[in-house]
Amino acid sequence: MLTISNLQASIGSKEILKGINLEVKPGEVHAIMGPNGSGKSTLASVLAGREDYDVTGGSVLFEGKDLLEMAPENRAAEGIFLAFQYPVEIPGVSTTNFLKTAMNEIRKYRGLDPLDAVQFLKLMKEKMKLVNIDQSLLSRSLNEGFSGGEKKRNEIFQMAMLEPKLAILDETDSGLDIDALRIVAEGVNQLRSPERATIVVTHYQRLLDYIVPDYVHVLYKGRIVKSGPKELAFELEEKGYDWIKAEVETV
Amino acid sequence: MTNQPNNDLKSRLLADFRNSEERMNGASKSALHQIRREALNRFDRLGFPTVKHEEWKYTNVNSLIKEVFEFNAPSAITLEDLAQLESSQLNGNVLYFVNGQYQPQLSKIVSPADQLSISTLSEAVKNTPDLLNRYFAKYADFQDNAFTALNTAFASEGVVIHVPAHTTVEAPTILRFISDARQMNVASQPRNLFIVDQNAEVKVAESFRTLGDQASFTNVVTEIVVAEDARMEYYKIQNESDMAYHIGTTQVYQQDRSHFYSATVTLDGGFIRNNLNIALDGSNCEAHMYGLYFPNGRQHIDNHTLVDHRKPNSHSNELYKGILEDRSTGVFNGKIFVRQDAQKTNAYQSCKNVVLSNDATMNTKPQLEIFADDVKCSHGTTTGKLNEEALFYLQSRGIPKTEAQSLLMFAFAEDVIKKIKIDPLREQLERRIQAKLAR
Repeated sequence: MLTISNLQASIGSKEILKGINLEVKPGEVHAIMGPNGSGKSTLASVLAGREDYDVTGGSVLFEGKDLLEMAPENRAAEGIFLAFQYPVEIPGVSTTNFLKTAMNEIRKYRGLDPLDAVQFLKLMKEKMKLVNIDQSLLSRSLNEGFSGGEKKRNEIFQMAMLEPKLAILDETDSGLDIDALRIVAEGVNQLRSPERATIVVTHYQRLLDYIVPDYVHVLYKGRIVKSGPKELAFELEEKGYDWIKAEVETV
Repeated sequence: MTNQPNNDLKSRLLADFRNSEERMNGASKSALHQIRREALNRFDRLGFPTVKHEEWKYTNVNSLIKEVFEFNAPSAITLEDLAQLESSQLNGNVLYFVNGQYQPQLSKIVSPADQLSISTLSEAVKNTPDLLNRYFAKYADFQDNAFTALNTAFASEGVVIHVPAHTTVEAPTILRFISDARQMNVASQPRNLFIVDQNAEVKVAESFRTLGDQASFTNVVTEIVVAEDARMEYYKIQNESDMAYHIGTTQVYQQDRSHFYSATVTLDGGFIRNNLNIALDGSNCEAHMYGLYFPNGRQHIDNHTLVDHRKPNSHSNELYKGILEDRSTGVFNGKIFVRQDAQKTNAYQSCKNVVLSNDATMNTKPQLEIFADDVKCSHGTTTGKLNEEALFYLQSRGIPKTEAQSLLMFAFAEDVIKKIKIDPLREQLERRIQAKLAR
């Protein structure tokens, strides 16, 4: 589904990703872990198409198509979803209104007819239950004045509505208490299917108690320095990142 | 008289005045005409302002005074011509003026006469001279403003509205001023007077439009008195051509416990200067001022506001927003006076701008002059680009960049538009803004 080969990216003159290789197949959940400043969020942003980063080398194929050539909106329409670490507050634009626009733009890209108001509302009601989000929140300006937990639930709600093939969760656990974390994780788990894949970017292991990954990768200084099964996450939780740093430095 | 290059238009106007005076016979002795003559002399002394004048620093009227205009030119406007303006269909009082002249055949008045007394200025001169003597030119200062002096000197047509005490006028009133510039350069100087008596309530909108590609010049002055416990909503909507010059002053006088809500929306217009001056000469008043301007091309839009807190315990609140494209320029100058007597004043002012092009310029100047010590005042201006982070967020959900930009700009504008409580007017504006955004 997703093939990242030797991906390099920088911001200004600062090189952040120094050759990432990663293969994600349908149905899989990959966790990307690593210390602060290792490039985790940069990887998520580059995949979603944020313009602040310059891709200086390598390639990313999504279902055989060159992802890096696509505008962010086309990546979304192809089936990629980024749950933001810091969801943006947009005064004057309600979640409902913007999501309807988004869904119908995506449907247009795929050659489908737009959803009418009734179909859209029915779908919305269904997905609201998934993340236990309130209608009144969705009628308000997008994320404006939302608590940290509400913002993250709104991200997962949008994901549920857009049903992406590949979801990228960027530090979705940051700023969440344990109850909010559980709700968010349940939302993600209910969307797991053999056709869909998820990349979970996180600093801590605790999210992975709820969203159990198939693979864990450790990103350090812009490279994936270690990959392993889910148990790797426990090891990191127990021992921290220093032993990996030491391992890398000695090589 | 000084020998400035702006003498052409000025000397023509002075000559026009004297010619018309000769044809007046006895009417030249009337009190009204004495005011006109005084205003003319004042205009003669002041001359047109140059950019050296602090209030006109960013708005250069040089190109305006080089033009030659036909004042109050005849127009053979038809209903078909009006249809192309696609104006909102309003269930209320609608008065049409073309090149400054009243068009009774296009106008309709639905409010009963005991609710709302509405007449043209020329009718009011004949029918209600006492009302005019009491209010006319008592508020809009022509001593320091050449354009107000000019308008006062030539004041002959416009609308006089009087809402009697304890009357709520349900139907909105819209005054449509159209410059028919299809044949030649045209000019008009509408003069309006609205009196909202004690505990009365009314909604009035002024709309300015252009037909045709020739230059037009509108120099409008509106005086508004909002008496004790009265409430007024006032909207000024400008949708004029790139060849249009518009200089306008709205002078508001508020008495105890009165409320005044206003929105000034400029969608299009080549060269615009709006002065909105509010004197809060009463306690426990509220004044709300909203503004939206949306220049593109080489349009120039200047909003000057002045709130004068003269008495204690009043509240003023101001939000102006601008979206600037291409090589357009914008000016916001917001002055707040809090006089020594005006303790416990609350005054807020905010001006927010989105500049979409590197060639567009926005000049903002908030001015607070506070002479009382127990007041709450704040002001802030921001000028920046569209929020890139918000843009990316919307794109990452599948919304194409241009749509995402439109969505963000519409939301930005909607903050002001939603303050307009005359539904058909607001809905029409929303459609026009969407259309301008989609261009």
